[in-house]
Formats: sequence, structure tokens, C-alpha cells
Amino acid sequence: MGRLRFLSRQADTWFRIGVSAMAILLLLTAAALVVLLAIQSMPSFREFGLGFFIGRQWDPVNNEFGALPFVYGTVVTSLIALVLVIFVGIGSAIFLTQYLKGWLSSVVGFIIELLAAIPSVVYGLWGIFAIAPWMRTSVEPWLGAHLGFLPLFQGTPYGVGLLTAGFILAIMILPTVTSLSRDIMAVVPSAIKEGALALGATHWEMIRSTVLPYSWPGIIGALMLGLGRALGETMAVTMVIGNRPEVSASLFAPGHSMASVIANEFTEATSHLYLSALSEIGFTLFIVTALFSLLSRWLVVRLMARAGREV
Amino acid sequence: MGRRLRRKVANVLAALISALMVILAVIPLFHVLFYVLGKGLPGLSWTFFTNIPAPTGVPGGGMGNAILGSLILVAIASLVSVPLGIGAGIFLSEWGRGRLGDLVRWVADMLSGAPSIVVGLFIYSIVVVPMQGFSALSGGLALAVLMMPTVARSTEQMLRMVPVALREGSLALGANWAQTVWRVVMPAARRGILTGVMLAVARVMGETAPLIVTAFGSGFWPSSIFKPIAAVPLQVFVYAISPYPDWQQQAWTGALTLVLIVLVINIVARVALRDRMGVGR
Repeated sequence: MGRLRFLSRQADTWFRIGVSAMAILLLLTAAALVVLLAIQSMPSFREFGLGFFIGRQWDPVNNEFGALPFVYGTVVTSLIALVLVIFVGIGSAIFLTQYLKGWLSSVVGFIIELLAAIPSVVYGLWGIFAIAPWMRTSVEPWLGAHLGFLPLFQGTPYGVGLLTAGFILAIMILPTVTSLSRDIMAVVPSAIKEGALALGATHWEMIRSTVLPYSWPGIIGALMLGLGRALGETMAVTMVIGNRPEVSASLFAPGHSMASVIANEFTEATSHLYLSALSEIGFTLFIVTALFSLLSRWLVVRLMARAGREV
Repeated sequence: MGRRLRRKVANVLAALISALMVILAVIPLFHVLFYVLGKGLPGLSWTFFTNIPAPTGVPGGGMGNAILGSLILVAIASLVSVPLGIGAGIFLSEWGRGRLGDLVRWVADMLSGAPSIVVGLFIYSIVVVPMQGFSALSGGLALAVLMMPTVARSTEQMLRMVPVALREGSLALGANWAQTVWRVVMPAARRGILTGVMLAVARVMGETAPLIVTAFGSGFWPSSIFKPIAAVPLQVFVYAISPYPDWQQQAWTGALTLVLIVLVINIVARVALRDRMGVGR
């Protein structure tokens, strides 16, 4: 009996060490990723310093690297996506949790979530052949005619460019924002909702005065997670953004993003400094998306904990 | 009267607007699906699945090598990431209550949200550079890094759903913790864990960006895991941005293949999970 118990305890120890090692391997992978990218970025960082991010010249032939056009493209396309997704994503979440009930709500929610399963490259292909021509012939001329007094909507409607990339990004991050917002709105305690109704509020007044204020931090978290996804999205953006390293005021103009320049130029980068500059862009992208995901997780977890749920 | 009417109108408007938002949200899915179906179907043929790419203008090219390549890449990725991910998931659910557990959880979430192109850069510098060349192995490892955190987190969630009473029963009968987890908890959560793995597979099946800097692509049948290899999403990308109509046609058929695989896996997995958990999602 004593021997058996000893064996059994030993097996336990080994099992525990084994699974802990696998968990630690995950930590080491992430640590290695950060360290290696940092090392790779060093030559470029030493050469250009922080000026790297405000430099407008991207000229590999003359070893001149400034990342501003890519930072600009990434920020602008992600912001377009965010603006478009705020209304549609939150509006859908409100409808799915406050108006639709039961299986119909989960079926519609599931259909929206399927958008996330479609591979990025397929969105890119669809973007090139279905969305870009539509943008060129309908949306952009219309915007130009009605909002053309703004510099944002002036210039030639190319079809491929910042606006198209932002539009496709919005579709791609919609499921993230909708399903997370929906989860958060679903845990609003029914007592406060009933309280509002009992005081004579209409259905919409109840939503506005209880559901939205209660879930606000979580919705911000959902939007931030979506924004983080949009910043790092590569293939679809590469295929429709036009790939021109310029900073132009018009949203119709072709641009470039941090992720797309890596995908486009990495395998062609010949010089050491060129590779390093692209790595520095990748490293920055990683740090920024990691911050967004940590912050958004913090907001969402806090809210879910308040509702007594685990994420 | 005016005020009451305004409140009523606002109430109805809010319902209508949020309904409109749902409609706007589901339109893209159906548009993509039908567009890909319409464009992809005409190119569907036996040779598409059995032949290797042909130069533009030459009929009879296919994505046979890319399909096989994708399967090989996903197999490598799964071989590496599934055991590790499940192990890490067991750690998180059974011993993950402390600070280390929280750290692993945060890092896993951060890693699974990392841009896939960045994961590609990482594997490039840790595998491609030392091995002096693009290879199927490096592509598979890049996909493994993307899969592992997802597998770990879904395994954790599935294990957590196993009732505590089951564990207590096993421990009360004299089993140790390892036996309890391995023989009682794991079998109870097997279907859920498998579903999580399938969803992770479906996701990396469509990944393109990390493969550009690791697997690189190839126009021939795979011969070795140390050589560059073709993959369906990579091939779709190359054909999509080419100016040749016959290549673009192949891109659509490739996209259709990808979408069908991914959607079938997703729907099957979600339905299986729903039966299991008896909840809506």
C-alpha cells in the first residue's frame, strides 16, 4: 500500500511537470517572438531612431526607410473599419439580445460569426473583383459628388485604396465586435432592466438607460479587440489597398499598410537594413496589437466578473 | 401629447434601426458566399484536384499540389500544436488558478491575437534563416504557433465544463490526479476538445500571410518537408493578383474549395458543441 501510494504520487508529479512544461513552452514561444523581432529590428532602429515612424521616404534602392506611409495606411483603414462597425456591430448586438429571443437570436448570431471563418485571402479576392469595381463606379463617385468639399473624398475614384480596404476590414472585424458585445449585453442583470420598465420607460428608453450604460466598458473592449484585429489584418488589405507607399489626404487614393508592406516586400528584401526595417514594422505591429488585446481583455473580464461570469 | 408621441416614435425607430443593422451585418456573408459559388463553380473539374499548375494559356492546370501541400502543412502544425496545446490546456484547467496560470492565459490570448504575418516573421528568423531556405517544415511551424494558444484555451474551457462531482468521484475511489484527468475528465470532454482542434485547423487552413515568408509556395508536387511547398491560400493569392483570366478562374475555384472546407468544419463543430452543452452557442 505504501509503495503504491508512492508510485501514484510520483506519477502525479510527472504528469503535473509535463503539462506545466507545455504551458511554459507557450510562454517561451511568445518571449522568443518578442526577443527575436527586437533583435531583428535593432539595425534599423539604430540607423533611423524614432524618426523611422515619421519618415515619408521608402526607398529600398538608396537604403532609405521611413514607415510613415504604412503607419498612416494602417491607422486610416482601421479607423474607417471602426467607424463603420460601431453602428452595425453594436446595433446588431442590441437587436440580438434585446429584441430577438431564443433560437432565432442564436442562429442569426451564428450567421454573423461565420463571417470570421472566411479566410482573409477570400475576402481579398472578393474585394478585388466585387467590391473595388462597385466602389469605383458607385460609392466613390457618389461620395465625391455629395461630400467632395472634404479633402477626404476628393480625387480620382480608383476603386482600390484606403476606403475599400477599410470597408473590407469592417466586414472582417464585425463578428468579433458583435459577438463580444452580445455576450456583454446578455449579462446585464434583468432586475435593473425590469426596474426601468416598471418606472414607465419604453423598451428603447430601458435599453438606453440601463443596458448601454452597464455594458459600456465591455463594448469599448469589444471595439478595441476588433481594432486590434484590423491593425494586423494582412491579406485582404494587401489585395485591395493598392500598395503605394504614399500619404494622401484622399481616402480614394491607393495606400499601403504595415502588414501589407511586410507581406509584399519581405521575400524580396535583399539588404540587411531592408529586412531590419520590415522587421521593425512587424515588431511595432505586434506590440500595438498586444496592447490592444490586453487592454480590451481587461475591460471585458472586469465586466464579466461583475456579472459573475468567466470568460 | 407631443412628448408621448416622440417617445413612441423613438421606441419604434430604435427597433427598426437595430433590425436594419442586423440585416446589414448578414448581407456580406451571403454576398461573399454566392459570389464565390458563382465564380468558382465553372472551374470545378477533376483536373483541378489532380493536376499541378499550368502556365497561363495552357489548359488543364490545377491545384492538386496545393491541396496536398495544405494538408501536409496542417498535419505538421497539428502534430506539433495539438499535444502541446492540450497539455497546456490541462495545466490551465487543473493547476492554473495561481499567478502562473493567469500569465499563461494572458500570453495565450495575446499570441492568438497576434497578426499572423508577425508570427511568420518570427518563424522566418528562428527556422528559415538557420535552415537556409523556405520549407514546408517552417510553414507548418508557423501555423502551429497560431494553433497552439487556441487549442490550449478551448481545451481549458472544455475541461472546466466537466462537473466537479466526476473528479471527486474518481479521487474518492483512490485514483490520483493524473489518472483522474487522463481517464475520467479527458474522456468526458473529448468531443469538446476535438471540436476546438477542428476549429483551429479550419482557421489555419485559410492562413496565407505567414506562409508567404515560410512555406513560400511551389509549382510542383511536394517532395520533402525541407523544400518550399504549395498551399491553397497561397496559390489563390498568386492567381488572384495575376492579370490572366484563366489563373483568376483558378483562384475562384480555389477560394470556393477553401470556403466550403472552412464552413463545413465550422457548422459541424458548432452543432456538435451545441448538442453537448445544451446551450445556444
